[in-house]
Amino acid sequence: MDLLSFARGTGLKVALAVFCLGVVWRILAFALLRIRRDLNEPRASVPRSLAGGVLAIGSRSWPHPEFIGRTGAGEALGYSYHLGLFVVVLLFGPHITFLGSLFGFTWPALPSSVISVISVLTFTLFLAVLFRRVTHPVLRMLSNFDDYFSWFITMLVIVTGLAATAHVGGPYETLLGLHILSFDVLLIWFPFGKLMHAFYIFPSRAINGSLLARKGAVS
Amino acid sequence: MSHDTEEISVGEMLRRHGISRRSFIKFCTAAASAMALPPLMGPAMAAQLVNARRPSVIYLSFQECTGCLESLTRSFAPTIENLIFNIISLDYDDTLMAAAGGAADAARAKAMQENFGKYVLIVDGSVPTGADGGYCTAGGRSAVDILREASKGAAAIVCVGTCAAFGGIPLADPNPTQAWPVTAIVGDKPIINVSGCPPIPEVITGTLLQFVATGTVPDLDEHRRPKVFFGNTIHDRCYRRPFYDQGKFAKSFDDEGARNGWCLYELGCKGPTTYNACATLKWNGGTSFPIESGHGCLGCSEPGFWDKGSFYSALSTPAWGKAGEASPASVLKIAGAGAVAGGVIGVAAAGLGRLRQHRQEQPSVDNEPKGG
Repeated sequence: MDLLSFARGTGLKVALAVFCLGVVWRILAFALLRIRRDLNEPRASVPRSLAGGVLAIGSRSWPHPEFIGRTGAGEALGYSYHLGLFVVVLLFGPHITFLGSLFGFTWPALPSSVISVISVLTFTLFLAVLFRRVTHPVLRMLSNFDDYFSWFITMLVIVTGLAATAHVGGPYETLLGLHILSFDVLLIWFPFGKLMHAFYIFPSRAINGSLLARKGAVS
Repeated sequence: MSHDTEEISVGEMLRRHGISRRSFIKFCTAAASAMALPPLMGPAMAAQLVNARRPSVIYLSFQECTGCLESLTRSFAPTIENLIFNIISLDYDDTLMAAAGGAADAARAKAMQENFGKYVLIVDGSVPTGADGGYCTAGGRSAVDILREASKGAAAIVCVGTCAAFGGIPLADPNPTQAWPVTAIVGDKPIINVSGCPPIPEVITGTLLQFVATGTVPDLDEHRRPKVFFGNTIHDRCYRRPFYDQGKFAKSFDDEGARNGWCLYELGCKGPTTYNACATLKWNGGTSFPIESGHGCLGCSEPGFWDKGSFYSALSTPAWGKAGEASPASVLKIAGAGAVAGGVIGVAAAGLGRLRQHRQEQPSVDNEPKGG
């Protein structure tokens, strides 16, 4: 079995199964924990607490005016590369064909040249993100293997994808095999590392917002 | 079919047929061009060929469909008659030769004896080893026996077609006859694989011509294929490649994109992973090739092409192999199995977490105020 056949066959199958196993495991292990009873008298009604949770999703997703000078650049960087990733993953023709074979439906694609430009921009932003992480004293102190490996595996998917599309750096079947294989590794790593924030980020903001609203705080 | 290969050179044979030196150089230039060799190689090839001894060639057919030989007979440069009458001495081919049965076997034995160590052995078809080789026999002898015997005196072996080169369709899962490529049976001879199902006729004749002209095995890739023909992918040389670069893909075989010549990648074309000369030499004297006729490449010149999933699934899509094509149902099955297992582990983990929460919330005996 060659690399490409393994990556798009057995490798992908195992990765999909592990991804689903890990995601369900981690969500249930978190969601089924008992919420500690708050014995304080609520400062807001239940609907207001819930509304506070929804509002927190929005307010925490935008730089706070008071800190925008310090956090704005980092947030802009974060939003930009996330946007780039979404466009490349969801609007590139061969990716749509891949996702279509999994889900049974497809959607229009962007021209490959546009995707190429966005991919290179995303690649550059990814390098900037790493540079910021290793040069920012606080970020560097907070970072561990999880952060660097999550960055590395995502970057590997981007680089191999660019190489495969441009047919640079080796035979197409090897590059495509490496691209899909690195995606398989990303899928396996996803639920067990910080990439899981894709599932946790909004529920955790909503829960925090709701708890704060219950205490009468504006988040 | 003659055995006078010792005495007559290619040049002498051409002179006897009244072919002028000028015509011969033109032929060599055309052949060199077909093989994508530099322009100066034409006269150089002519100079070498004219003095080259016409080599004895023995063509063995095993587990095959005769498509490769059918392809060879449609060669334009050189033509099959030019090849077998002027350039080589085809001493045995049970399909083309007039003799049959014992007479044919005797002709093969004589050619092997007279040209021991010098003849070119062409093998067409895979070699079945199951049932003691009983799935393919000729004259009461198995293909394995015949191949082992014939390979002993061969100067080189040319495996024509994907079956001889890589096992092809007979080797495809479940390989009921335990078929193998020639390389799995013979290990001590120079072997040139000319893969394809069938191979391009000019690739077969060109490879033979190059061997006759130079007397050496050409540069080969990792699958022992001549780099001159198998050095690039079909996708690299495809006239639809600009559409791939522009992201213009046909979505079905009769949509507007297909009619406008857009890339067939999403319809399952295997051109990007297939090394062959279809896009440059083309077929039927350079008339066309499958992609030009509107169908994606099947990847027939690559090892294991029959077992690499559907011909109509894009290379970037999942391929489950024996389990069939990727579909929402198959994905649901895989995801469901993972999710159920994850659910069990998740519930267990949550139970342990709750237990830990409960213990943490219990007032510790050590911390309780001492009464008195």
